[in-house]
Amino acid sequence: MSDPMALLRRLVVLLALPAVLFGVWWFASASSTSFFFPPLSEIVGTFGETWFEGRMTRDVLPSLGLLAAGYALALVVGVGLGVATGSSARLRAFLEPPLEFMRAIPPPVLVPVLILLAGPNDRMRVLVIATGCLWPILLNTIEGVRGIDPVLRDSAAAYRLGRLRTLRTLVLRGASPQIMTGARQALSIGLILLVISELFAATRGLGYATIQFQRSFAIPEMWSGIILLGLVGVALSLVFRAVEGVVLGWYHGQRESERKS
Amino acid sequence: MTPAATSAPARRGAAEILSSPLLLGLAGSACFVLVLELLPRLGVVDSRFFPPFSEMFAALVDELGKERFWTALVATLRGWGLGLLIAGGAAVVVGIVLGSSQLLRDLTTSTIEFLRPIPSVALIPLAVLLYGTGMEATLLLVVYASFWQMLVQVLYGVQDVDPVALDTARSYRFGLRRRITSVLWPTALPFVMTGLRLAAAVALVLEVTGELIIGTPGLGNVLAAAQSAGAVPTVYAIVLVTGVLGVGVNLLARAVERRALRWHPSVRREVAV
Repeated sequence: MSDPMALLRRLVVLLALPAVLFGVWWFASASSTSFFFPPLSEIVGTFGETWFEGRMTRDVLPSLGLLAAGYALALVVGVGLGVATGSSARLRAFLEPPLEFMRAIPPPVLVPVLILLAGPNDRMRVLVIATGCLWPILLNTIEGVRGIDPVLRDSAAAYRLGRLRTLRTLVLRGASPQIMTGARQALSIGLILLVISELFAATRGLGYATIQFQRSFAIPEMWSGIILLGLVGVALSLVFRAVEGVVLGWYHGQRESERKS
Repeated sequence: MTPAATSAPARRGAAEILSSPLLLGLAGSACFVLVLELLPRLGVVDSRFFPPFSEMFAALVDELGKERFWTALVATLRGWGLGLLIAGGAAVVVGIVLGSSQLLRDLTTSTIEFLRPIPSVALIPLAVLLYGTGMEATLLLVVYASFWQMLVQVLYGVQDVDPVALDTARSYRFGLRRRITSVLWPTALPFVMTGLRLAAAVALVLEVTGELIIGTPGLGNVLAAAQSAGAVPTVYAIVLVTGVLGVGVNLLARAVERRALRWHPSVRREVAV
């Protein structure tokens, strides 16, 4: 792996197709006179002045703040409820039909409902993001807690680990691979809901700005907004992967050694 | 025998019935409805904005009698099905082509990993610009979102093919088509079905979202109309309908999965137990 030629080859393989696609877009659109598909050079040219002169602090960062707040709320509620529900078979059977039903409601549909309940403000947006992110986290936590090895549970009880320590070292640890799966799904849902919630009764935000460009036919700016949204999505998934690597380091290591043996 | 001795097993029997998952589930559903009814009635939430369940239900029955509702439902289902079909077909073809060559897979991984997390709603402005409020605008979102769900699963499935089975097929001089239909496809099918289940749910979400935001005909559009008309119980009634639709889609996808994989050990084992 440390062989520089191998590294170079990997880099080429990694970047070849993106470079080709970018080049094709760049040159195919270079002489484009189509109103809807402006030259890529124009989009890139407008990117900086569109987003880095004031909009970063006025639109983009507040949007990311809303996403973080809603996501954190969903994580706390989802893991909390999930641990409680997953630990009791009766409670699970009792709550399963309503939970399955609520999960099946497409989250964007809740935007009009939450506008009614919370008003057209940032609180509504945080709630929209939280209610959408909640279900994958909650259901995966329930499954994860349910799937914990009963022998480990008994061992924890036999060693008298105490409630708090059992929760920390056994339940949350044991369920963490599944919780992370849910959290990953929730992240992409959260980003989608952020954009959607900003299409209703908003005066600022990343999604609002992009749709506003489209309505005022500022097409290169609109494209730059679409690209920025894409970049945010990619960046969030990279950050998530890094966090997952830390949180689930023990798990991936265990899988690795199991595979070897 | 004393009366106490006879009643003990009977009581245990009753307790067992009471704790059966089916009954608990029914009780849970009943409580859910009860909570929806009581919250506004007791004034916990403002009944102007959160009507009791009975009013939601009355609005729902009212909607069921309207032709507009049924045409909207059909439009939603059509957009959902068509989008899923296009995305699924494209993903299977692209997935098999990419997945059968290590070089192609290496070359495309970074691009797929880049395009996948792009939120499909980012495409809404573009879709509106290109198609206005026509059904194609929503279809674009549905296809984009469900394509990646399917593609990733197809790629996993094709990678999972046993190399010995593939070599055997090759040494028996199976043609390319036979190799795909009798080695590649059966191996990939469980993964394809998982992808289909995920994509079916995502497609419904995006279909309704498109209708709600872009204004494409469908249930989401009915919801938007009810919201702007201030018909609060109707808003909730449509939300309930979308929930039922979501549950229906999940059940349908599971049924299709079981039917398509009834030869597969994972399904056969379930039935045997």
